[in-house]
Amino acid sequence: MTANFAAVSQPTILSARQLTKSYGRGPEALTVLKEVSFELGAGETLAIVGPSGSGKTTLLGLCAGLDTPTSGEVSLAGEPFSALDEDGRARVRNARVGFIFQNFQLLPSLTALENVMVPLELRSGTASREAARALLDQVGLGSRTHHYPTQLSGGEQQRVALARAFATRPQLLFADEPTGNLDDETAQKVVELIFSLNSAAGTALVLVTHDLELAARCQRTLRLKGGRVLTPV
Amino acid sequence: MSVLKALLDRWTWTMAWRDSQSTRGRLFLFSLSISLGVAALVAIDSLGGSVRQAIGQQAKTLLGADLVVTSRAPFTPQDEEWLGSLGGESARETSFSTMLTTTNGNRLVNARALEGDFPFYGQIETDPTTAAAAFHRGDGVVIEESLLQQFGLKAGDSVRLGKADFQVLGALRKVPGDSVAFGALAPRVYLPERDLDRTGLLKGVSLARYRRYFQLDSKVDAEKWVKEHESELRKRRLETDTVARRQRDLGRAMENLFRFLNLVALVALLLGAIGVASAVQVHLRRKLSSIAVLRCLGAPISATFAIYLAQALALGAAGSLVGIVLGLTASTGLPRLLQGVLPVSIQSQWEWTSAAIGGAVGMGICLVFTLLPLLEIRRVSPLAAIRAAYEPPRRRSLASWVVYGAMALAVAGFSGAQTPHWWEGFAFTGGLAVALGLLAGTATLIVQLARQLARLPLPFVARQGLASLHRPNNRTLLLLVSLGLGTFLIVTLQLTRTVLLEQLFPPGQKNGPNALLFDIQTDQREGLQALFQRLGLPVLNEAPVVTMRLQKVKEVPTEALVRKEGDPRDRGDRPPDWALRREYRSTWRTNLVEAEHLTAGSMSTAFVGEPSASNRVPVSVEANIAKELRVGLGDTLEFDIQGVPIPCVITSLREVDWRQLRPNFYVVFPTGVLESAPAMFLVATHLPDSQTSARLQRELGKAFPNVSTIDLATVLQTLEAILNKVALAIRFMAGLTAGTGVIVLIGAILSGRGQRVQEAVLLRTLGASRFQIREILFTEYAVLGLFSALTGIVLSVAASWALAHFTFEVNYAWSPGVLLAALVSVPLVTITVGILTSRGVADEPPLEILRQEGTG
Repeated sequence: MTANFAAVSQPTILSARQLTKSYGRGPEALTVLKEVSFELGAGETLAIVGPSGSGKTTLLGLCAGLDTPTSGEVSLAGEPFSALDEDGRARVRNARVGFIFQNFQLLPSLTALENVMVPLELRSGTASREAARALLDQVGLGSRTHHYPTQLSGGEQQRVALARAFATRPQLLFADEPTGNLDDETAQKVVELIFSLNSAAGTALVLVTHDLELAARCQRTLRLKGGRVLTPV
Repeated sequence: MSVLKALLDRWTWTMAWRDSQSTRGRLFLFSLSISLGVAALVAIDSLGGSVRQAIGQQAKTLLGADLVVTSRAPFTPQDEEWLGSLGGESARETSFSTMLTTTNGNRLVNARALEGDFPFYGQIETDPTTAAAAFHRGDGVVIEESLLQQFGLKAGDSVRLGKADFQVLGALRKVPGDSVAFGALAPRVYLPERDLDRTGLLKGVSLARYRRYFQLDSKVDAEKWVKEHESELRKRRLETDTVARRQRDLGRAMENLFRFLNLVALVALLLGAIGVASAVQVHLRRKLSSIAVLRCLGAPISATFAIYLAQALALGAAGSLVGIVLGLTASTGLPRLLQGVLPVSIQSQWEWTSAAIGGAVGMGICLVFTLLPLLEIRRVSPLAAIRAAYEPPRRRSLASWVVYGAMALAVAGFSGAQTPHWWEGFAFTGGLAVALGLLAGTATLIVQLARQLARLPLPFVARQGLASLHRPNNRTLLLLVSLGLGTFLIVTLQLTRTVLLEQLFPPGQKNGPNALLFDIQTDQREGLQALFQRLGLPVLNEAPVVTMRLQKVKEVPTEALVRKEGDPRDRGDRPPDWALRREYRSTWRTNLVEAEHLTAGSMSTAFVGEPSASNRVPVSVEANIAKELRVGLGDTLEFDIQGVPIPCVITSLREVDWRQLRPNFYVVFPTGVLESAPAMFLVATHLPDSQTSARLQRELGKAFPNVSTIDLATVLQTLEAILNKVALAIRFMAGLTAGTGVIVLIGAILSGRGQRVQEAVLLRTLGASRFQIREILFTEYAVLGLFSALTGIVLSVAASWALAHFTFEVNYAWSPGVLLAALVSVPLVTITVGILTSRGVADEPPLEILRQEGTG
């Protein structure tokens, strides 16, 4: 089954066409994602929902250029990933994409400030400490800049991850279960931050979640089951 | 290229520094694995440099003269005249073994009667320093310092040589041309030559050496003169030594020693490099998610690779730097350690080039070895950031084969540079690869075995201990290789030392001969027998000795067989010069003695008639010398005994165990031939203790001053002391290797500690006691230690057998003591280090450890 393309009013930032991902070959092959297509306009928000093993994370990995599809094509800002090698995709990620992970994925040996500086340093070789500090201020961690991840609570770590994700002013933010490891109250605060930063910076958002309430806050929802799209977006 | 570019980027180094934040201490500890190897390289190279420099600077004092001419017989007037034509200054010396009698005891010494201003270069070093000048004035004798100390003598005391008394002028410390070791073997006593007659010693002494020392005109090149007069010198049976030759021989011997030590150092370094590489592998395994996140954030492969390459380089640099400091410190101590073994006096100095070379080799080897785990970085997918269980496909890439090749080339290149032939370097590398392969094979076997055994209904702790050997991320391979290689090296060195010492001290000769008396005149035999009876000493062997020279071999005159100057013909099928020109000391008897057995023919009985070409004397020849002379049963030899030719035919061949201190001979005549020739006698006896030895020497000194004694116990003690000094240097190197093994062991245990803690905590949560946790650790390290020891022992027995058989060409001697010591000590060290390094794992409350490790 092929998903329909929904009409988007904004210029397209992310386009996925007929994405299929299989592991192994021949009759043993396991297809975890089958012919998924959608488009996302600049500044738009999309939630990908589905039960465990439905292919959500696989789809996110393909869309972010972390993995390559067995067939199909992903384009980010009009640039098809298939034309790029791994380093080329890394360059695109650094220039246009931000990430938030369920388990925060801060670099444990770096302070909060250094974690935020890394994507900026990767881009230009140097990073403005002030810009990074301002971002941490924005997420309410101005006083914790020199703390290491182990010295921060889960919510604080996720806020540092948010500051890091927005450091390069990305056009697209991928969030993989961003509240999965947080308590309700902290999760609420983080969600508010994600959406406020998203609207303030005009960043498009792709959110993978189990939480239907959270998914409802997105403009569109893509439901997956067994690697196929249930609800066309 | 992109990696190089990234490596030059400041951000790479900043990230490498930041990333190492929580692991810096541990990484530094891992880097120490290569420190001892680098230290050994630096120390040896530094020492080698100092020795080379000293040999160059002290070249002329190596001999004390430009040219030395030696003869076994007094110089004839013709010799004197011929040598006189050389011009320049000259000095003469007559040296022989004799008994020195003092008020506190007697001892066999090397007496040297000197006339003239020798040494022309350098000085005879004495205590007091004025003693040398006093000796040259002819005021008395100077005596080996150790001997003076032994007998509690001092300047001004009186000693006796033969029939003459002398005043002791001082202690002899050093003579140009002799190493201290020589003096230790046969203590030297210098006396003025004009007093030689007064001692009455030279009469009846057969083993004297006559030397002329020359200080030549600057226009005369000693080396060239020797070359030009080679055949004349040979004809006159004169031997020569020149500064250039001494320098060459010494240089070669020293180079060989340093090369050997360098190879041992290389093994220590390799072991360390394996340790560092393994530590880097563990480090990177922990950093997988960081690497994946960096990739997610847009870091190119080259940049992430460069970050960890920078860390590996820093590790190598830190380890090398510590090694350089240790090596330079050791290089100042080594000369003192080797004093007496080295022939030149060397200044302890820091050789900065050695430091640079050692550091560069350390860094280079470390880099090549760490490249292998670093290559894994390229496989880390950014997906690992969102999928914890994601495992990259494991297949060896082309790059990893290139790195393997680079590793082999680096090792072969370095070892090739240390050996005279490149193929020896490759053979060394091959041997090392076989040893590593066998150790790795044993490790795989243990993992398999542990997996099978853990399924058996064994006690809980035993099963858990065995399971630790095969669980994922186990350190079995690394530990077995490092411990096994360390054991292999040390046990091989120890076994080889035993093999060599066995040659000197054959076992099972408790009451066998341990002293040999020689130069006994026919008319002294009865008196000596009486002396033996009085002292209760047995005459274990007595043999007459007649000296002779070889005149013809298979009817060809020896002069025709000796190599001529500029002779282009290959010497392969002709006997070596030494066998043709040597003085043969032969005996007569009709039976075999204990130390020999026949390999061909039969011993002749009495000879009847006059020896002639048609009535040849049947002789028995020692098998090895027969091989050297290219003769066998039925071949003819002709000896010259004081101008009388004796035609002989070989009727038997004997194999002789030269290790036994008995009168052993190359050629044995039947009775009826030599009885009328001038003969001296040799007697072998057994001295039960040093008091009897001293008593015998005192009595001999009084009644038979020309009779010399070789007291095996004293000689062997001295030889062993010298061997021990050299062995000390080798053991020092082996110790460094073992030390490296222990550091690698500590590193490997620490790197697996996190996982061990998690397991211990889980087990404790499930009800295991601390004692049980320790028992599990004990089982694991005991099995590892035992198998490392066993594999190392098997390898070392094979290696020491090969060394004995092919290199030293001696019989292999088993030393179960060494093997047993290794079998006990290696597991013991492994268990001790293992338990000590894991301490705390079983002690802290589970919750506490969980919190620490979970957040650390």
